[in-house]
Amino acid sequence: MSFNARHHILSVLVENKAGVLTRVAALFSRRAFNIVSLAVSPTEDERFSRMTIVVDADASPLEQIVKQLNKLIPVIKISEIAHDEGVEREMMLLTVKAPVESRSQVTDLSSIFDAKIVDVGFEALTMMVVGAPDKLDAFSDLIRPFGIVEMQRTGRIAMPKLARQPTKLRAVKTARG
Amino acid sequence: MKSTGKITGAQALIRSLEMEGVEVMFGLPGGAILPVYDPLIDSSIRHILVRHEQGAGHMASGYAHATGRPGVAMVTSGPAATNIVTPLADAYLDSVPMVVITGQVAYASIGTDAFQECDTVGITMPVTKHNWLVTDASDIPTIIREAFHVATTGRPGPVLVDFPKDVANQMMDWYWPDGVDMPGYKPTTKGHPKQVKDAAKLVVSAKRPVIYAGGGILKARAAEALKAFAELTGIPVVTTLMARGAFPDKHELCLGMPGMHGNYTAITALQQSDLLITLGARFDDRVTGKVGAFAPDAKIIHVDIDPAEQGKVRRPDVPIVGDCKQVIEELIKATKAEIAKHPQADISEWLATVRQWQVDFPLYYEQEEGGTLKPQFVIEKLRENTPEDCILASGVGQHQMWASQHWSFNLPYTWINSGGLGTMGYAVPAAIGAKVGRPDRMVWAVDGDGCFQMTAQELVTAAAEKIPVKIAILNNAYLGMVRQWQELFYEERYSEVYLSPDLPDYVKWAEAMGCVGLRCDNADDVVATIEKANAITDRPVVIDFRTDYREKVYPMVAAGTSNDDVILHPALNGKKEASRKGGAAEQAESTDQSNKER
Repeated sequence: MSFNARHHILSVLVENKAGVLTRVAALFSRRAFNIVSLAVSPTEDERFSRMTIVVDADASPLEQIVKQLNKLIPVIKISEIAHDEGVEREMMLLTVKAPVESRSQVTDLSSIFDAKIVDVGFEALTMMVVGAPDKLDAFSDLIRPFGIVEMQRTGRIAMPKLARQPTKLRAVKTARG
Repeated sequence: MKSTGKITGAQALIRSLEMEGVEVMFGLPGGAILPVYDPLIDSSIRHILVRHEQGAGHMASGYAHATGRPGVAMVTSGPAATNIVTPLADAYLDSVPMVVITGQVAYASIGTDAFQECDTVGITMPVTKHNWLVTDASDIPTIIREAFHVATTGRPGPVLVDFPKDVANQMMDWYWPDGVDMPGYKPTTKGHPKQVKDAAKLVVSAKRPVIYAGGGILKARAAEALKAFAELTGIPVVTTLMARGAFPDKHELCLGMPGMHGNYTAITALQQSDLLITLGARFDDRVTGKVGAFAPDAKIIHVDIDPAEQGKVRRPDVPIVGDCKQVIEELIKATKAEIAKHPQADISEWLATVRQWQVDFPLYYEQEEGGTLKPQFVIEKLRENTPEDCILASGVGQHQMWASQHWSFNLPYTWINSGGLGTMGYAVPAAIGAKVGRPDRMVWAVDGDGCFQMTAQELVTAAAEKIPVKIAILNNAYLGMVRQWQELFYEERYSEVYLSPDLPDYVKWAEAMGCVGLRCDNADDVVATIEKANAITDRPVVIDFRTDYREKVYPMVAAGTSNDDVILHPALNGKKEASRKGGAAEQAESTDQSNKER
């Protein structure tokens, strides 16, 4: 799930109605497009839901995907969030073997990654990590030697970065120029 | 919105259809749709009882093609819904406006595998423009309003409304919405002015331009605008299978049909063009042949109301999203403005080249005196002995290609066929639907023997409802198109294509269905038989024309090959070689060069 040039993040605003997810998913399969991850949730406006879809495609098929998605009647708006123009987050839950001998090593590693321990057993720990997808990748790679019992990821959600305009500096520049 | 008292969901559905101006619907009742068939008795809407639900769908499609109004079909749940999936898929690929209403088990029973339950909305999702499951009777007027709006606007297409039985019985306060509120559905109809201007610049400077007219011309009612544009610029026009009749075949600028079985001139004009003015066409594989080798030197103007068609197959130089009629009218203005600035490039040499192809490579067949009846001869005689505005429907296969090639289409909405999906059995029900929509017109169907056997039972419907359609079966005793491919590409190994000329006995079958059955097996009797059929106006007629099974459809561009490699009728092959060596050498050289560049 780390950076991949073929992975595109589409943020799709849809009507919050029954069957919309089916329509979107069916369209992807009908047109032979691949979904890498999908996250759906309500938005601040209850009439709409937001789907964050990570698509595996080259640029030209991507254009078709967007156009075909736009033809779905419950789809209101589609925006692509480029990797360097968005904030991406994902959550991962994982259960790792942690017998007494290695438990402290596991907890050390988890604290480096700001992972929260959410459940504790005699031989294992369940942890939650939140972050950018590559942080989650790194954590799962490092923890794997201890023995991953089970792992789940939510799929990513993303928002465009806010425009941060240094208003004062610009004012000075304008005054000079 | 004004409220006028409580009625049932079923009554609301019928009243909503009346409000939409529906005059006729095609259908077949059953358990789940029963409540809706009751108020239908008191309605002004004519219902035509079909013998199979597929027939209802294709009739609605034929009706829509002939009238421009949405075709309406209503059937019950489960198997009835699955039986109408084929017509939906057919209408979806050919952008035919249709509203299909299906019954559904009670909403409370959905998901329990109830009797005649199936996931109709799920099954039809990929073959409809949109579909709805009604969950509350108070939504009915809104949904029906939306359904007709979606079916008929933008790129038209079929929609489906799935109607649970308990919703039909539920009481609701009647209202009729003032309009639709669909935030996710706003088709663009007006072309971008800058794009139109850019297109006009290309139009006036092109030296080998061709207008590539598709079915969108007919959907947009743009035939007049197309004619005005072609005549303004003197640019020749090809009409795709879906656009036959959109531009008159007898017009001097008409080149006829391009594509896999198009004529040499239409195929080659596209291929050697330097500008394709694509109007409501979608670069279908049957038109382009091998896409990478299609019209290599051509710049592309692509006018289409569906943004997803832009760049789907071929990247346009000037994409214009909009309604064909509006855009062509704007394009005419913009082109006039360009011509006022500087004269249009001289295309007379190009026109002369094209005309020479027409002379050298005409459509060709030989009807020998006393020889086996040729299917093309039947179609030519049929055309000569029917009025100009006669509507022709066809099924899918060789007979369809011969009909499109040899019939002279001079008016829009006179050709009804299944282009995209290639649905065998389309002709009979589509012709019936067309005749219902245009009772003033003579309606003929040219059908194959294979196709006829798929949907012939709808002639019972036609006989019962007094819908006097006429069917010409080109009976060659084979699944002819498949046989043709097996002959050409499978070393004449004929696998499962023989049907027999007289099993069934088409004349007896026609008579049994309440039609007049006629038979004709030689060229001398063709005209007399057609005249006999034309004189019968009180019931359907079926003619069993016994035609030559060896006849193949030419020209042909084999699947996956380039449009440069047109296979002509064997009798014309010598001519092509001669022409290649002679006058066309220069042209061939430039094409070779561009092939290398790619």
